[in-house]
Amino acid sequence: MSKRGELVRFYNCYILRDSKIIKEDLWLRDGKIENPEQIFYVEQLEPCRNIDCKNALIAPGFIDIQINGGCGIDFSYDCENVENGIGIVAKELLAHGVTSFCPTMITSCKEKYAKILPRIKKSQGGKHGATVLGVHLEGPFISLAKKGAHLGEYIRNPDKGIESIKEVYGSLDNVVLVTLAPELPGGTEAIRGLTNMGIKVALGHSTASLAESEEAVRNGANLITHLFNAMLPFHHRDPGLVGLLASTTKGQVYYGIISDGIHTHPAALRIACRTNPKGLILVSDAIAAQGLRDGQYRIGPQAITVQDGRAYVTGTNTLCGSTTALDGCVLTFKKSIDCSLEYALEVASLHPAEALGIDDRKGKLNYGYDADLVFLNLETLKVQSTWIAGECVYAKS
Amino acid sequence: MRLIILEDADVVADWAARFVMQRVTQFAPGPQRRFVLGLPTGGTPLGMYRKLIQFYKEGKISFKYVTTFNMDEYVGLPRDHPESYHYYMWNEFFKHVDIDPAQAHVLDGNAPDLVAECARFERLIQDAGGVHLFIGGIGPDGHIAFNEPGSSLVSRTRVKTLAYDTLEANKRFFGNDISKVPRQALTVGVGTVMDAKEVMILITGGHKALALAKAVEEGVNHMWTVSAFQQHAQTLFVCDESATLELRVKTVKYFKALSSEHQKMIEDAPVAAQRVLH
Repeated sequence: MSKRGELVRFYNCYILRDSKIIKEDLWLRDGKIENPEQIFYVEQLEPCRNIDCKNALIAPGFIDIQINGGCGIDFSYDCENVENGIGIVAKELLAHGVTSFCPTMITSCKEKYAKILPRIKKSQGGKHGATVLGVHLEGPFISLAKKGAHLGEYIRNPDKGIESIKEVYGSLDNVVLVTLAPELPGGTEAIRGLTNMGIKVALGHSTASLAESEEAVRNGANLITHLFNAMLPFHHRDPGLVGLLASTTKGQVYYGIISDGIHTHPAALRIACRTNPKGLILVSDAIAAQGLRDGQYRIGPQAITVQDGRAYVTGTNTLCGSTTALDGCVLTFKKSIDCSLEYALEVASLHPAEALGIDDRKGKLNYGYDADLVFLNLETLKVQSTWIAGECVYAKS
Repeated sequence: MRLIILEDADVVADWAARFVMQRVTQFAPGPQRRFVLGLPTGGTPLGMYRKLIQFYKEGKISFKYVTTFNMDEYVGLPRDHPESYHYYMWNEFFKHVDIDPAQAHVLDGNAPDLVAECARFERLIQDAGGVHLFIGGIGPDGHIAFNEPGSSLVSRTRVKTLAYDTLEANKRFFGNDISKVPRQALTVGVGTVMDAKEVMILITGGHKALALAKAVEEGVNHMWTVSAFQQHAQTLFVCDESATLELRVKTVKYFKALSSEHQKMIEDAPVAAQRVLH
């Protein structure tokens, strides 16, 4: 850990700033990115430490807003030792360049929410693991017809709006994001209630028409969960939830994309990206099997089978999350759509930060921002090291 | 006065950088013995800065014990504005080398009391023991720093209101909007630069040819402020071929004939011995 007030300068590095990769030094102090020009002229200080980055590329740390687990741990199922489970995954994420994440719980029974939710606290990251931004709750207020891997018996309607939501989840203190289907009875009231509390609403697992989707956006929703998956396919007379990408409704709509090479065809990725490039967010939607071998695992109340890296609800061909971490998604994404490196990095850092409304401190390497960084090999884009608040929390040996 | 005529702007940049390196290195600066350097901004010296950075990275020169004074700065322009000279110096030079931030002096065009700021700058130069080497560029009208035509040749550091021509010429850096160009600048005086032990003036490009001719072939005249350096004991004009276009053939031939002697100035000859060259 760097000492208080210690000025650190990274040199021989490329950094992502203002959507450009430039050869530039990066200065840090007290966990924040500093303006070296101001330090030079006003404070007249020289760096205490100079670190040779050997031509590494420094990008803002990745932010994963949808992750169900990893290392054999499923956030929605293991309720005995929640803190420990979160801790293990949070630590593992550091090796993938992820500096902040939203642990995601899928549709569960009331008891699970009561047991698990209060124990996933927002917490500042460090050597022990990535920052927990808050929980992402996906379901149970979703459409039965588009349940995907969610268990039908727990799915319900938010009939009484925010009241129904509180009744199922209990306290919302640790929650930053809720995925729901806006067309359900009480859906609009629920969206309004949640967004009034400062909680972001994502639309997903839904059969919503475009009109219903736009109404949801007007009421405060600003995200779509794993675009194309668990929603109506694009139809030219009613483009549905997918149509939000080209809708004229005010405000930027963001959409999560799982680019593990399995969930979304590269052509579909390109359609989304070209239609609404600013809204694209990479999510891992990683499950307990992330980083582990093929075999039997769980997601929430359901058993799953992983075969050749593909996760299915056991005995079906229903996909249920991915086994690829976010750094892998960045690589696959860049290859699939042949975009600029800058863009491939921003969809995993800047865009999620904007969607969650934390882009005043995360997702960029601007002065004053949190020094959450990932060092990548400029050629292979493999993670070399990960930094949180100016501290090296992972280094590839 | 010496006139060094070199092939093109790149060779001028290289020559100037080697000259600075030679002067600083031979001086052997230390904590109690700092080398004091006057610095310009603008397009002409850019190549020289890049060469100096290269020499620094190759370990051939250190700026640890070098004190610098910049010639000028706009008034009222934010320090981090891309056209400010603070910005230029930080991005083109200071951030790449090991200079001590407390010893890199640039006039503060945002100081509450500009007159006091100019006086402070003069005092700082005095306290540093005067400038060993002042490097300058010139404008097409022969101005050095912001000492525009008509400036006193014995002037000191002060506030100058810029000529309309200068505003017009600079508006391209301010979105072609003349109202955004700062109307005033702080600048060292001609006298301030004259006090330096040695002065090197870089001139490249055909558009500066007339200014060079006025500077070296005609009399001292405040309408071409750089001509004042005819009366300086150790002045060096370093120019490229294009900048000689308005000079007489005789002048060019005379100085070119001395070029092998001048070359020694960037080689290992001791500074004292160089002073008596030719």
